[in-house]
Amino acid sequence: MTVTAKTGTGTGATSTPGTAAVPPPGHPDNVTSGQAERLRAPLGHRRLLTRRDRLTLGLMAGVPTILHVLLVWLTALASIALAFTTWDGIGFDAIKWVGLQNFRELFTSNPQFWPAVEHNVTWFVVLILIPTPLGLFLAVQLDKNIRFSKVYQTAFFLPVVLSMAVIGFVWQLVYNPDTGLINSLIGANKPGHYIDWIGDPDLNLWSVLIAASWRHTGYMMILYLAGLKGVDPALREASSLDGANEWQTFKNVIFPTLRPTNTVVLVVTIIEALRAFDLVFVFNKGAEGTELLSILVTNNIIGESSRIGYGSAIAVVLLVISLAVIIPYLIATFRKERRA
Amino acid sequence: MSTVSALAKQRTPVRPARILLHVFLAGCALAWLAPLLWAMYAAMRPYAETSAKGYVSWPDELSLDNFTNAFEQSDMLHYFGNTLLIAVPAVLLTLFLSSMVAFYVSRFDFRVNLFLLLVFTAGNLLPQQVIITPLYRLYLLIDLPGITMSGKLYDSALGLVLIHVAFQSGFCAFVLANYMRSLPHELTEAALVDGASVWRLYWQIVLPLCKPAMAALATLLSIWIYNDFFWALVLISTGENMPITSALNNLSGQYFTDPNLVAAGALLTAIPTLIVYFVLQRQFVSGLTLGANKG
Repeated sequence: MTVTAKTGTGTGATSTPGTAAVPPPGHPDNVTSGQAERLRAPLGHRRLLTRRDRLTLGLMAGVPTILHVLLVWLTALASIALAFTTWDGIGFDAIKWVGLQNFRELFTSNPQFWPAVEHNVTWFVVLILIPTPLGLFLAVQLDKNIRFSKVYQTAFFLPVVLSMAVIGFVWQLVYNPDTGLINSLIGANKPGHYIDWIGDPDLNLWSVLIAASWRHTGYMMILYLAGLKGVDPALREASSLDGANEWQTFKNVIFPTLRPTNTVVLVVTIIEALRAFDLVFVFNKGAEGTELLSILVTNNIIGESSRIGYGSAIAVVLLVISLAVIIPYLIATFRKERRA
Repeated sequence: MSTVSALAKQRTPVRPARILLHVFLAGCALAWLAPLLWAMYAAMRPYAETSAKGYVSWPDELSLDNFTNAFEQSDMLHYFGNTLLIAVPAVLLTLFLSSMVAFYVSRFDFRVNLFLLLVFTAGNLLPQQVIITPLYRLYLLIDLPGITMSGKLYDSALGLVLIHVAFQSGFCAFVLANYMRSLPHELTEAALVDGASVWRLYWQIVLPLCKPAMAALATLLSIWIYNDFFWALVLISTGENMPITSALNNLSGQYFTDPNLVAAGALLTAIPTLIVYFVLQRQFVSGLTLGANKG
């Protein structure tokens, strides 16, 4: 605190005299800047800003915003526009407006689309049902302030630090039908007995999901550990004084207070399920059995066929689902923050 | 201090339930490490031996040969260099730009603030595939003769830096705005009344106070950008220009003839992130939860 105070006065003493506390006189929006509705502390700033300050502020917010909006939001909008066209990517005059044709084709005649949707849903259901509760369970155990807690934490968290590509390669060593760990252990690595964990369309999605869950557990554990740290110890004490056992305390006292963490966990898990890509791509490029929406979009770019309108239509499906999650979440989050 | 010693005292009685818990946790931890340990074991054995005896067998010899071979054969240093060329500017630029946005939205009460922050945060949550098709076309369109090797934004480190910055600044702006909001308003208020310029407020007062959050974000960003697979896969076409994680995908087909070498290559790729994690564990974890706790 003392350091900051020093910086503050130091700045004042050495600042250029010309810009000192002179509000631009008669500036209309200085007077009527809506003081009536909001009397919050930062409002006072506006009157003190010089023209140069305003320019600086404009640039400070403007440059990053332009970059972000141009590369993220305008391209998202372009995806929507392109979804209603066909284009082979060569020359702008080749862009043809076809209305809903891409979507019609996608929903009715693409054999990969509905399996991909199903796999994305499965991805989410598995992540929320297995690694998420497991992560919560581990977090509750590690929160008990036991010995070696840091060692256990590191073991569970290590996969989160690795890239999905590396995780893919590591798990291939486990799943390989010839040389992999599982088949070697259960004796299925001989011709005629092979279990093809990656190639079999009935198995491969589950194989990838085990690897994905392996990573997700550690992530969830850390989020819950952070949430548990925020639980008031007095609550726990009161509960044990009332004679509640460990499970009762958790169920009736601790878990309800983890509500904000649960929301974050839910949103993170949905987003992860929609984003899933790297692991599957490294495994088998999303071949039979592991199709995902993200893979279908990407195949339209790096594959041989460049069907831009069609790929964009799939991207729009992904966008709509994502926004259906993102927007309510952010509105709730920001509303809470304003109240706070 | 007193609470720590109190807790330590609490710990001492060894109850059977505690031991059971330790056994359970140790078992789980070992199971969690198993795939990595297995990769490590495979990487330390020569291919000839494993193909003769099978992978699940006692080793005749263990060595780091596969690691050195993988490193040299695949010219890994070159790909690490590519990553460095992308990650360092991307992390610095992201922090710089997002801290400016955060400063703007958290220290001033403009009407667009909330909307601006929403735009940034929502953008970061979008799946990358939502924007990739037009982005790919845009990158092919933009000519930069003489500035990038390819003469375009496509297939260049610059292109990757830009998309990383644009994408990640959403998350960082959100976290930093929350952080800056918690700094007392009197600090900047006083300096502003004393006549300090807005830039001074940002650069000399607010930014130095944000060091802990910046450090946490820097750690997180380094690992995320280092680990990026997708952007490089789509936006880089020359294998030579790829960063290490995406290059690994090519290398495993091109150079590596045996799984032991692939294992070594994959583990080598993971080493920098592991180092960053072990050295800056606290920052990394606090960075992850900085954004999540606010919900």
